[in-house]
Amino acid sequence: MTKSALTRETAAPDAGVLSDIHLALRGISHIYPARASQGPVAALGPLDFEFRRGEFVAVVGPSGCGKSTLLEIIAGLVRPSAGAVEMDGRAITGTVADEIGVVFQEDATFAWLNVWDNVAFGLRRAGTEQAEIVRRVDYALAFMGLTDFRRAYPAQLSGGMRQRVCIARTLVLRPRLILLDEPFGALDQQTRLLMGEELLRLWRETAATVMLITHALDEAALLSDHVAVMSARPGRLIEVVATGWPRERDSTLVADPAFGALTARLWALLRDESRKALGVS
Amino acid sequence: MTRVRLIQLTVVCGAILVLELLCRLAIIDRFTMIPPSEMLTALGHVVATAPWFWGDVGYTLGNLAAAIALSVVGGFLIGLAVHAVPRLRRALDPIFTSYYSVPTFVLYPLLIVVFGIGPTSLIVLGALFGIVAMIVATVTAIDRVPPVLLKVARVSRLGRLRTALLMKLPAASPHLVTGLRLAVAYSVIGIIAGEFILSTEGIGRRVALAYNNFDNQTMYALLVLILGFAIVVNAVLGSFEQALHRRWYRS
Amino acid sequence: MTARVRLIDYLLLAGGLWLAWIVLFEWAGPEALSPPGATLRRVGEYLTSAQFWPHAAATGLAFFYGCVIALLGGLALGFLLGAHRLSGQVGEPILSSLYSIPKITLYPVILLVFGLGISAKVAFGALHGIFPVALFTIGALKNTSPVLIKTARVLRLKPLATARTVLLPAALPEIVTGLRIGFSATLLGTLIGELFASDQGLGFMLIRAMEAHKVLDIMALTLLLFAFAASPMRCCWRSSVACTRGEGAPFSL
Repeated sequence: MTKSALTRETAAPDAGVLSDIHLALRGISHIYPARASQGPVAALGPLDFEFRRGEFVAVVGPSGCGKSTLLEIIAGLVRPSAGAVEMDGRAITGTVADEIGVVFQEDATFAWLNVWDNVAFGLRRAGTEQAEIVRRVDYALAFMGLTDFRRAYPAQLSGGMRQRVCIARTLVLRPRLILLDEPFGALDQQTRLLMGEELLRLWRETAATVMLITHALDEAALLSDHVAVMSARPGRLIEVVATGWPRERDSTLVADPAFGALTARLWALLRDESRKALGVS
Repeated sequence: MTRVRLIQLTVVCGAILVLELLCRLAIIDRFTMIPPSEMLTALGHVVATAPWFWGDVGYTLGNLAAAIALSVVGGFLIGLAVHAVPRLRRALDPIFTSYYSVPTFVLYPLLIVVFGIGPTSLIVLGALFGIVAMIVATVTAIDRVPPVLLKVARVSRLGRLRTALLMKLPAASPHLVTGLRLAVAYSVIGIIAGEFILSTEGIGRRVALAYNNFDNQTMYALLVLILGFAIVVNAVLGSFEQALHRRWYRS
Repeated sequence: MTARVRLIDYLLLAGGLWLAWIVLFEWAGPEALSPPGATLRRVGEYLTSAQFWPHAAATGLAFFYGCVIALLGGLALGFLLGAHRLSGQVGEPILSSLYSIPKITLYPVILLVFGLGISAKVAFGALHGIFPVALFTIGALKNTSPVLIKTARVLRLKPLATARTVLLPAALPEIVTGLRIGFSATLLGTLIGELFASDQGLGFMLIRAMEAHKVLDIMALTLLLFAFAASPMRCCWRSSVACTRGEGAPFSL
């Protein structure tokens, strides 16, 4: 029996035991073709990486290193110039796989629907039966703390709440892989910390594999099991830093001395790359 | 030449060519329209030989200049006043929003009775047509001055006049130029329309005369002239406006 | 702002206009203007007379046809051009330039093509209204936030479903603004057509009054025309302000 309305039957790893490879990137590279004002741009790669099932991976790197491009390649929105994306061993390059949920950086709520309809949107389009829709949407809203706002329209909500609506909309589809592209970018620091805790709660509840793109090193160090550090454009993998945190964690981890050391380590890796990206010698 | 421009040029030239063909093949008869190429030659003919041409052009352009000056300056000043008094602005808002839904040149007969037939009533008509566009644009322009600039002015202790000239005017310039473009365009419409309806001189009157006398050659020649003039003026002011918008509001 | 304050503003405005009218009348004389009271009485006479309403109906009919063509045609044109980036990039500047030419220069041409009568009036109206509708529709489709399209793809919607459930609702507010402006412009065009190409209708009555130098009639009809043009705008305005975020006055020709 599933743990919650949001977990698929087959995906329930034991806590602490992260088993086989969920998603693999093999030789991914991407070059944006030449346009009117500029020549071709090597945006990304070559890149190899493996996501283990149920782990939380943060991706950090200087601006312009191709993090968002990487996310769009994994999501199937962009076909990479070279390389393959494999999920559970089968190639999904260039297609939008069923089990992937994406939360974008910009506000993706539908302004003409209220919160409840926003969250139910994907399920309705997929033809899920009404009783199931109600069950899942109500659960997701309760989980994200949005039940009181289910009749409100996005224009009446704050930025953080709108992102929660987007996350809820992704959740109800029970994704096994959740991709987030700087979802908290537009929020203030305190809200970010709290939303980070929400994200961790979500991750534990759904037992999904999570990839979080962020430019905030402390966020990456705090939330993830592994931090993939990318170089300046064209983005390549410099190093993968393991954090070693227990699965049950929250934002009070900032007090742990290992947290400071981790953040310092990440900055040491990124400082030169960031200078390169900014054009500072 | 970008691909987009090339396609646009092709579309426009193609449309004119189609018109030319339709006229030459008599699918469109001569009483309705003459071929575009003939319109141009007729224009050349009129410019070269018509004794009244330059006089009427001067009359129309003179009236136009006066109407533009009146609507731009008047509109600007009234816009300043309206913006300064919020109550007035709210009260006048319904008038401004519905102003261009009404054919303002129905007032022309009244203007004629007041000012008599002649340049004055035409100038007033043209100015009345353009002034509200300038008023609305001025009010919007002042609205859009970023408040942070005013704070910088106060911190730098610029006096009111210097704040207005150095901060507000440049920041408002994109929308003011929009208002200028619209005021010019509307003044052209007002003056030409007035000359159509009733006038003793002017290019618009010549068009009306040619229409009444079934003189399609002259009529289309003058229409092409007016059209060309309006398009060129609009394009020039438009690119100036876009340059200002790009400088101030990078998207 | 309370309704009471707004009502006071309206009354002050009406009062101010009345006063300005009387002052103008005193200055210009009865040859030029008629006083407000007499004009309003004439308006009343018109509204209750039997000859008036057929004329008003003629205007209304031409306006209706013009609206159908302008709104539906503008939507179709806007969707066709706005559907693809290239066609939008090519078409929008052309439409914009056509919109900005003084349509007055085309009046003699329209009269020659359509003759005098209702079709010329419909043509005038449609000519004025079709461009803003098309332009706003193209703009609405162009301005659709890319993240909404990405969301639709991630949710694995088919293209038709994306257009129906995401693109259309997202573009709707701006399209409605275009329809509103197109409505207003079509009315203007129809009234202008009446002035130049009329054998019946309100504009025709106005021309007759002009020729007969009947100042009272001119003023009464002008007032009626202003009211006719302005009032639908107010109703439309109020009802659509909610979904269009209160866009400003038609900022173009």
